[in-house]
Amino acid sequence: MPTLTIEDVTVRFETKGRRPVTALDDIRLTVEDKAFSVIVGPSGCGKSTLLRLAAGLFDCTSGRLALDGETIRGPSADRGMVFQSYTLFPWLTVEKNVRFGLSLKGLPAERQKAVAAEMIAAVGLTGFEQAYPQHLSGGMMQRVALARALANGPKILLMDEPFGALDSQTRQLMQALLLDIWEKNHKTVLFITHDIDEAIFLGDVVHVMTARPGRIKKSIPIDIPRPRAMETLTSPEFMAVKREILALMHDEAVLADRSAAGG
Amino acid sequence: MALRDLLAPKSEIPAPVFLGLSLFAIATLFGGWCLLTYGHLVRPDFLAPPDAVALAGWKRLGNLSLLENIWASLSVIMTGFLLASVLAVPLGVLMGSFQAARALLEPITGFMRYLPVSALIPLLILWIGIGFEEKVTVIFLGTFFQQLILISDVSARVSKDLIDCSYTLGANRRQVVTRVLFPACMPGVMDNLRVTMGWAWTYLVVAELVAANSGLGYMILNAMRGLFTDVILLGVFTIGILGLMTDTLFKLLRRVLLPWSATF
Repeated sequence: MPTLTIEDVTVRFETKGRRPVTALDDIRLTVEDKAFSVIVGPSGCGKSTLLRLAAGLFDCTSGRLALDGETIRGPSADRGMVFQSYTLFPWLTVEKNVRFGLSLKGLPAERQKAVAAEMIAAVGLTGFEQAYPQHLSGGMMQRVALARALANGPKILLMDEPFGALDSQTRQLMQALLLDIWEKNHKTVLFITHDIDEAIFLGDVVHVMTARPGRIKKSIPIDIPRPRAMETLTSPEFMAVKREILALMHDEAVLADRSAAGG
Repeated sequence: MALRDLLAPKSEIPAPVFLGLSLFAIATLFGGWCLLTYGHLVRPDFLAPPDAVALAGWKRLGNLSLLENIWASLSVIMTGFLLASVLAVPLGVLMGSFQAARALLEPITGFMRYLPVSALIPLLILWIGIGFEEKVTVIFLGTFFQQLILISDVSARVSKDLIDCSYTLGANRRQVVTRVLFPACMPGVMDNLRVTMGWAWTYLVVAELVAANSGLGYMILNAMRGLFTDVILLGVFTIGILGLMTDTLFKLLRRVLLPWSATF
């Protein structure tokens, strides 16, 4: 059963005195249940806008987004999100951050503690429960953000370039950790990135987006067997897919550059 | 330690050197004062010597008049400042994050923030007299609008992603305001309260110099009439020390109440 459906979604920004900008043009996409879907595209292609639509943080100009057939209206704990920027609450400890969503639901404290402990263990941060975010590294903060989103038990996990601000070594560790967690729970994931390696390494399917107006150019199923590891990055299958996506993105970059030059 | 190491921009210097330089500055100022007065370079009714100031302080501590004046000033400043803060903190946070609150408050604050409160003192004396209430009103008007602007800036700077993230965790609007927006503003609020407390001392002395029958500013003005520069200096030092104490108190409060926020 498909979970998230994006049906003919268009987003147009009206700015005074300028031509309206079409950020997303007639997007049609189905995010399959229990699958790891990735959207890859150049910066400014509207992929973050698409994710915000799914989160309910933003309204589309026309079209419809639905989760399990139910139209998305506004944000909800059903759709957890991990942001690129650091969004931990600095006044809460790691444990309290992870419990935040559960405390909003009014779950008993004992239950909250148990779930938080489990999630903190899953992201490998046991022992840091009482630390404040200011004492954590960027990678650790994103792990807490992931634990916090998962603690709510969302139907789908939306990830907006969550490792974009990390250095490349930490990013690889985080990708491996994310896959590790995902292999265990097979949560439905929609992951946004501009990093092609990251997209192929993580995804069951990679949707390549075009820029201005943002469209889905091609959806490529990734048949590389799981569990995937560092060796995957240099395997022939990986290289073949990478070549295909690079070619698609290259055409796009040239087009975008030309249209920018032409005004 | 070579001199050139001390003069590198934005680099640490050893703690004893830091302390030494600070003491040197104080000693120089104090030494200059001693030289001018004990060296008979100026007349005592122009600048009183240190021992005369100490004696004046001792005498006024003995007959409690200094303490009475300190209390008169402190009660005014605390009342005015607390009233202003209690209103300005919530209103400022709302003003920085809600367009409607901004639209309501900005025209008035924009006008009031550049208006020196001293300009309003004559009107306030006509309306309320020269007692406790008038001075509290001066402090209130002098700090409230400044706090409102500063705190609304703090609130406006809270990251949109932090708010959006709270929504995706299931928070409703009320919870976003009470459980995310307000706590996120607290470090900035504390810093700005500390800054405006300094301004409150200025307004207090202005109010007491213009019209009062008690307080440190009144003590200073009264001493001027009799050319008692020792008492004037006593008043100035007392205000300086009280200001330093409130500043330290605010720093301490921030460390105790907001241990999670990075401190200077």
